[in-house]
Amino acid sequence: MSDIAPKHFRTPLARVRGRGAAKSGTEDFWLQRLTSVAGIPLTIMAIVIGMLLLGRNQAAVAQILGSPFVAVIMLLFIICTVIHMKIGMQEILVDYVPEESTKLTLLLANTFFCWAVGLIAAYSILKLSFGV
Amino acid sequence: MAIVRLRRNQIRSSNFARVHLALRHARRLDRNDPKLGAGVERIWMSTMADTRAPAKRPLSPHLQIYRLPLTMLMSGCHRISGFGLYFGTLLLAWWLLAAASGPNAYAKFEWFSGSILGQIILLGYTWALIHHMLGGVRHLIWDTGRGFGEQEREWLAAATLIGSITLTVIVALISYLAMGGPR
Repeated sequence: MSDIAPKHFRTPLARVRGRGAAKSGTEDFWLQRLTSVAGIPLTIMAIVIGMLLLGRNQAAVAQILGSPFVAVIMLLFIICTVIHMKIGMQEILVDYVPEESTKLTLLLANTFFCWAVGLIAAYSILKLSFGV
Repeated sequence: MAIVRLRRNQIRSSNFARVHLALRHARRLDRNDPKLGAGVERIWMSTMADTRAPAKRPLSPHLQIYRLPLTMLMSGCHRISGFGLYFGTLLLAWWLLAAASGPNAYAKFEWFSGSILGQIILLGYTWALIHHMLGGVRHLIWDTGRGFGEQEREWLAAATLIGSITLTVIVALISYLAMGGPR
């Protein structure tokens, strides 16, 4: 009897309902696609903006980055990037870190890092834009 | 399965030598019946487990067995470039923060971005960004269920690599000229 008894009592359906290594469902999958689609034009525009600002002094860079159109593009680029990279790194971590406590620690660090980088970048653009 | 059940009971009786003989006999008998043979083999292996080292069975082939196809290389490149971009975003945040902080902070950033190491990192960041973007387009095409054909996937993988290198060279050249070219 013991050799045929199941090791767990969940049905296969319950197991496929968002219970993989990532412990969550398809929200991240969808959000990753959404941010990748949005990322294509935003990345191209961010590269062009970066190239336009090369070699200019701080006053000129600050003025251009703070102008409404450029500021909005850069803000969208930052938000899109930060969401995308948070999910991406999370995927790498759940793939390669088997140990539960290490994984949890790194997932926390990932969230902190992305929020910090995103907020620093977004705050800087807003500060340039509002000129305070 | 009758034979197998019998053998299982005999194992439980723990008369090991007799079981061993019986199993050996059963293995000979069941060689021509795959289903029954597998059952006997499982019991045979379980009796082995306690007494001998595990049998050396072939393992499934891993990375070092395969030649490296371009599609596989590009798959790895996509993840690695994403990993690199993750930390490259620090550079972007530093640039924006420096611009927002004032001339002194911006001078520090420019000192770094103008150094050899900074130039190499910026070039690498640009390539990773473009490569990851083109790789992402490839993944989006796959998400629609297209592009899985033998020639299509090879073509897409090659296009990702050639496209990313070409675009990076173009961006780098324009930037170099915009910065004043050779000085």
